[in-house]
Amino acid sequence: MKKLLTGNEAIARGAWEAGAVVCSAYPGTPSTEIIENAAKYTEMYAEWSPNEKVALEVGAGSSIAGGRSLVAMKHVGVNVAADPLFTLSYTGVNGGLVLISADDPGMHSSQNEQDNRHFGRAAKIPVLEPSDSQEAKDFTKIAFDLSENFDTPVMQRITTRVAHSQSLVELSDRQEPVLKEYQKNALKYVMIPAYARRRHIDVESRLEKLQEYAETTPLNRIEWNQTKIGVITNGITYQYVKEVLKDASILKLGMTFPLPRKLITEFSKKVDKLYVIEELEPFIEDYIKSWKIEVYGKNIFPMIGEILPETILEKMGEQSKNKNSLPVQAEPALNTPVRPPVLCPGCPHRGLFYVLNKLKVTVAGDIGCYTLGSLAPLNAIDTTICMGASIGAAMGMEKARGKDFARNLVAVIGDSTFIHSGITGLINTVYNQATTTTIILDNRTTGMTGHQDNPATGMTVKGDPIKEVDLVLLAKAVGVNRVVVVDPFDLEKLESVIKEELRAEEPSVIITKRKCALIEKNKDTTPCVVLNESCTGCMRCMRLGCPCIVKEGKKVRINSTQCVGCELCIHVCNSGAIGKEGQTNV
Amino acid sequence: MCATAEQSERKVKPMSDITNILIVGVGGQGTILASRVLSGAVQKIGQDVKVSEIHGMAQRGGSVVTQVRYGKEVASPIIPQGEADIILAFEKLEALRWLSYLKENGSILINDQRIDPMPVIMGAADYPADAIAAIRSLRKNVIVIDGLKIAIEAGNPKAVNVVLLGLLSKYLQIDKNVWLETLRETVPVKFLETNVKAFEAGWNS
Ligand code: SF4
Ligand code: SF4
Repeated sequence: MKKLLTGNEAIARGAWEAGAVVCSAYPGTPSTEIIENAAKYTEMYAEWSPNEKVALEVGAGSSIAGGRSLVAMKHVGVNVAADPLFTLSYTGVNGGLVLISADDPGMHSSQNEQDNRHFGRAAKIPVLEPSDSQEAKDFTKIAFDLSENFDTPVMQRITTRVAHSQSLVELSDRQEPVLKEYQKNALKYVMIPAYARRRHIDVESRLEKLQEYAETTPLNRIEWNQTKIGVITNGITYQYVKEVLKDASILKLGMTFPLPRKLITEFSKKVDKLYVIEELEPFIEDYIKSWKIEVYGKNIFPMIGEILPETILEKMGEQSKNKNSLPVQAEPALNTPVRPPVLCPGCPHRGLFYVLNKLKVTVAGDIGCYTLGSLAPLNAIDTTICMGASIGAAMGMEKARGKDFARNLVAVIGDSTFIHSGITGLINTVYNQATTTTIILDNRTTGMTGHQDNPATGMTVKGDPIKEVDLVLLAKAVGVNRVVVVDPFDLEKLESVIKEELRAEEPSVIITKRKCALIEKNKDTTPCVVLNESCTGCMRCMRLGCPCIVKEGKKVRINSTQCVGCELCIHVCNSGAIGKEGQTNV
Repeated sequence: MCATAEQSERKVKPMSDITNILIVGVGGQGTILASRVLSGAVQKIGQDVKVSEIHGMAQRGGSVVTQVRYGKEVASPIIPQGEADIILAFEKLEALRWLSYLKENGSILINDQRIDPMPVIMGAADYPADAIAAIRSLRKNVIVIDGLKIAIEAGNPKAVNVVLLGLLSKYLQIDKNVWLETLRETVPVKFLETNVKAFEAGWNS
């Protein structure tokens, strides 16, 4: 039976069919749905780990113990997990270990667009790249076999378009999981220098064997057509090439590290002109050039952002005699204002950023929905670097500019991000005697990625209730004496707490605690309305950046179909011009 | 129901054997349900289908786009510019934004709703004065309906997306029963009745 699945659903299915027993991940777009779907199969253990490093370590342990293990993360997550990854390449596996790296060309929801094939090469492990959901499932299964046959972790790299596109997939049954025998083997699993030196030899010979495998595996295949143009391509780009360059011969690489040098050389000899069409880095191209083969690649195609079907048409148009009939359209410049994402109506973060903006505080920010606090009109964030960076960055600012600077400086970090990698930064502020104020935005969920649980929410990925991490006790345990919990909708209290903690010449933690508006069910959602005669047109409420409040002439109006009645605007208005619908005389 | 002749005339006769449909709107408008029912219906008539959605930041009131492509064999999940047979737009500004994806002779079905993006709210940009007129000046087949009004009349102001789906169904060569069957499989039972009503209202609009 064929089923329409996203690439992410297909990977979860592939792991299940391959008899995987343990799946772990930290949520991150575009990889999140892999573990969400894996968690639906009762036969597999699945978890949200606190961060990607822990996720990979869990996968490592499970693999060494003999079980097939799937670990998933977004591209920048692999940076976090790089430490175990590079050494796991040396230890190799027992049960198959597959790491999914979900890259995000075009940065649909990411802070950079790094190309993680470089990680595969650097760690000396094979990299597979599926181009649709069927392959996402099939390659996952192949990856488990490869992992066990070559004694190596395997990286399967997908991109947003593969992860989030749906296509039809032929389903199969689950293969009975076989726990491989566990044997203590210090030479293989204890990476002290003496043993690691021996394993490095194994890594190099494994790479040679993988190179041979690359020449013959069906993962890499040639689709012959006319030989005027030959295109070497990978992942989603293969589908675009197939669609828009109907006459070209294609060498489709399902395995992009290590590369099949002989196959590529042969292919190059049989075509008049050789192109490499790959998103982001010239990864394949650089190898081909190093083999002194003439090839067109990044001299034509962009290194930045996605390569779309129309890009291929446009760039090849001039090159190709068999110009496809599809026109690349140039509309007259349509004047369309952008529509950036905004904090949701009723978002608990809005009040905080309103106050921070009002107090003109320097804010070291972090990664989550609250990064949107950097956009107008809130304009409240000074830095966003990576998961957990806020606390360290604030500390560095204080150390560079002195204690006085810290009297007007905060770090803001979400609950999930704090657990991910903020806690170490907080320990550092205590240990190295900073006086920074850290604000933990506890909205009881991992919001940005679509509301996943985390150790501080009291729920697992399978929906089982557990004892949650007590953030207050945690902060106190690392030595922070001043810990305050405040409701971010209580603007007056929030402002006075922030002022007080900023004054304190010691580390302090403010926890703004309120559920994300999208998961809060017990609330009065009666919308608010503006009393036209009382509104003075001062535009104070506009500073909240609530998408429901719009200017109308010299005054404002609230869009009642969107408003969720959070009442924040009621508190901000000095003239008492806003009230709840039905409770005010409009 | 009016003349069937007129209806079949409106149906898309794709140039290639692939039909390309772009569904655009604003995060939170329910475009995902529409694409889910559409792709389900297409599967029922035995076509190959690919769907591409962009998640992430888009959820927070940003511009969202779903691409549905079906035919005998579909390779790319995304539609090249200028190749959409139909654009179903949940909002006027989004209709204008994605117009360049529409074929010269393609149809654009627009929900007559305005949702101001933050730059407009802030006064940093203007909402296009007459988006629909601008669209009409560039394309022939422009259909505009007031989805919210129709949804309210059908008894459920939240079912604008299903009204629009009903409208879309008129332009595709898929039997109405297939649509209703897919709708039944997709929406929760307790909302089924109002959703069927909304679909019918869109179909009759
Ligand atoms: S999802 Fe929740 S936390 Fe994120 S912007 Fe919306 S309300 Fe705020
Ligand atoms: S208009 Fe006011 S009450 Fe409604 S969501 Fe916005 S801030 Fe909250």
